[in-house]
Amino acid sequence: MRRLSWFNTTALTLGFAFLYLPMIILVIYSFNASKLVTVWAGFSTKWYGELLQNEAFLDAAWVTIRVAVVSSTFATILGTMAAYVLVRSGRFWGRTMFSGMIYAPLVMPEVITGLSLLLLFIGIGLDRGVLTIVLAHTTFSMCYVSVVVSSRLVSFDQSLEEAAQDLGCTPLESFFLVTLPIIAPAVLSGWLLAFTLSLDDLVIASFASGPSSTTLPIKIFSAVRLGVSPEINALSTIMIAIVTIGVVTASIVTKRNAVRQQRDEQMAERAGE
Amino acid sequence: MVQVATPKPVFAPWDDPTLAPLIQFKNVTKRFGDFVAIDDMTIDIYEREFFALLGPSGCGKTTMMRMLAGFERPTEGKIFLGGQDIDAIPPNRRSVNMMFQSYALFPHLSVWDNIAFGLRRQKLPKDAISDRVNEMLRLTRLSKFAHRKPHQISGGQRQRVALARSLARAPKLLLLDEPLGALDKKLRQETQFELMDIQEKTGTTFVIVTHDQEEAMTVASRVAVMDEGVMVQVDTPARIYEAPNSVYVADFIGDVNIIEGRATQTDENVHIVWAEGQPNIVGTATDASFGVGDAVHFAIRPEKVSISAEKPADTPNAFEGKILDIAYLGNISTYYVKMPSGQTIKAQTANTRRLSRRDFTWDDSVWVSFTTTAGVCLKG
Repeated sequence: MRRLSWFNTTALTLGFAFLYLPMIILVIYSFNASKLVTVWAGFSTKWYGELLQNEAFLDAAWVTIRVAVVSSTFATILGTMAAYVLVRSGRFWGRTMFSGMIYAPLVMPEVITGLSLLLLFIGIGLDRGVLTIVLAHTTFSMCYVSVVVSSRLVSFDQSLEEAAQDLGCTPLESFFLVTLPIIAPAVLSGWLLAFTLSLDDLVIASFASGPSSTTLPIKIFSAVRLGVSPEINALSTIMIAIVTIGVVTASIVTKRNAVRQQRDEQMAERAGE
Repeated sequence: MVQVATPKPVFAPWDDPTLAPLIQFKNVTKRFGDFVAIDDMTIDIYEREFFALLGPSGCGKTTMMRMLAGFERPTEGKIFLGGQDIDAIPPNRRSVNMMFQSYALFPHLSVWDNIAFGLRRQKLPKDAISDRVNEMLRLTRLSKFAHRKPHQISGGQRQRVALARSLARAPKLLLLDEPLGALDKKLRQETQFELMDIQEKTGTTFVIVTHDQEEAMTVASRVAVMDEGVMVQVDTPARIYEAPNSVYVADFIGDVNIIEGRATQTDENVHIVWAEGQPNIVGTATDASFGVGDAVHFAIRPEKVSISAEKPADTPNAFEGKILDIAYLGNISTYYVKMPSGQTIKAQTANTRRLSRRDFTWDDSVWVSFTTTAGVCLKG
């Protein structure tokens, strides 16, 4: 191992401190026994217990998870289809415009997306509730999925699909039997991305939600406006933990697969000699 | 009883007018925008043939193959397979299979499942699929690797999986797109014979695309030399090599000396004036009819040119020159002999003995000679 120079060490420390210090403080204060956020009064897990008693938070959490699962699934289906068409169908009239337009929601201010969706829902007389949040989240997270999936499709060897058709598949069969299984990791990471986006979206959800359907971020935001409570810290810590476990698991699995693949290839080449 | 030994008939269905060809291209043209990939092509390919499409990249050979597989449609003209116009038939319903240059093995399926893939689409019963897959595994000597994934086997084994997969459905026609391009030279030579063996065993018609002329000559029953969307010559490997119909073919296949000149006298032989102060080259007239004064390209293979210290008496084609360079390749040596008029003629000799004093060295004055039938006269 090479030792880092003092400059690199400092840069690294500052960078990571900048990223993680706020979260560490939040996690520490979630175990604070005191009700006052800024005063440390010893270690306690009572806020986690109280959180479980809080019906409003639990309801919001349930809404959030349902919305995230359903909207990320729809976004994945639509986003994959869009990516496939844009990458595969070659040059057609307006292709550049379409591929530009699919990325527009990435740069569009969320407030504008939210507002325009709100106007649409009022215009067509759709009552705001879980359904409207699902629709809104599908709309804005679909383009993220399509970015992830299309970057995988660009490097996809098209002769694999031709081979499938050559061996008797219709174009549809070749998509489901060959293309989809191969790009599945990209589709899955697109789904995870859409899921996370939906999970922590506040702005668009606040436009699209109704009185009966409050998501967790909205709940947290409105609770914080009345003052930061240790309960919120505990809730946030749980969310951080869930996300961390997800990311760490995913990267360990990817790393192990890559290592195994490399080892297999080396063994195969040696055996073939 | 007297047993009359009948000689084994030569495989030459293209000479038999009673046979119907398996594949017919009739005036096929394929354009991509302004680019003409295939230019008004008409060609017949017969059953059980091993047909090689040979040419530089961009000559249209891959386009031709992709039209047979159904991935491209001709702009004009028709393609018949077994007498049937196949224009409207999609790739998945053609009795044609293709082995891809990249092999295109499905990475998420095992070797066994890769080979079974096409059979499953035919909705065959399980037992029939399993029998056929095992047969293919035996044919390609892959039984040991049936449960490996494509990334767990070597390049040569992947090539065999691709072949087994494309043969599993017993197609009428198998297309091979640069099938050996990814293998190293030694493995490629072994695999060429394997391919021929498998082609013979299965009786399938093979059409192979390659840019490697040695490969085409080794495996094919007929070779089509292509250039810019046109078939320049379609013939057996021996005739392509010994009787090229154009300078392009002569130059593309193997090593050749091309001597430009003009015909001065034409009887059964063509006499060619080619350099000042040199005697005429006397060559046999091929089917091309030369008139006096016509431009002639005289093509002669280096191995048909002899080299000697004294002027040989038995041929009119003997010319004196100086050795400019010697390329020693182990099995053969090529001498580059410079004529006083400036041309360089290559002469090849086989190094049949291991230890011998080299007869000639740089700057030696030598005679190059060849018989009157050794070369071909081509129109310019």
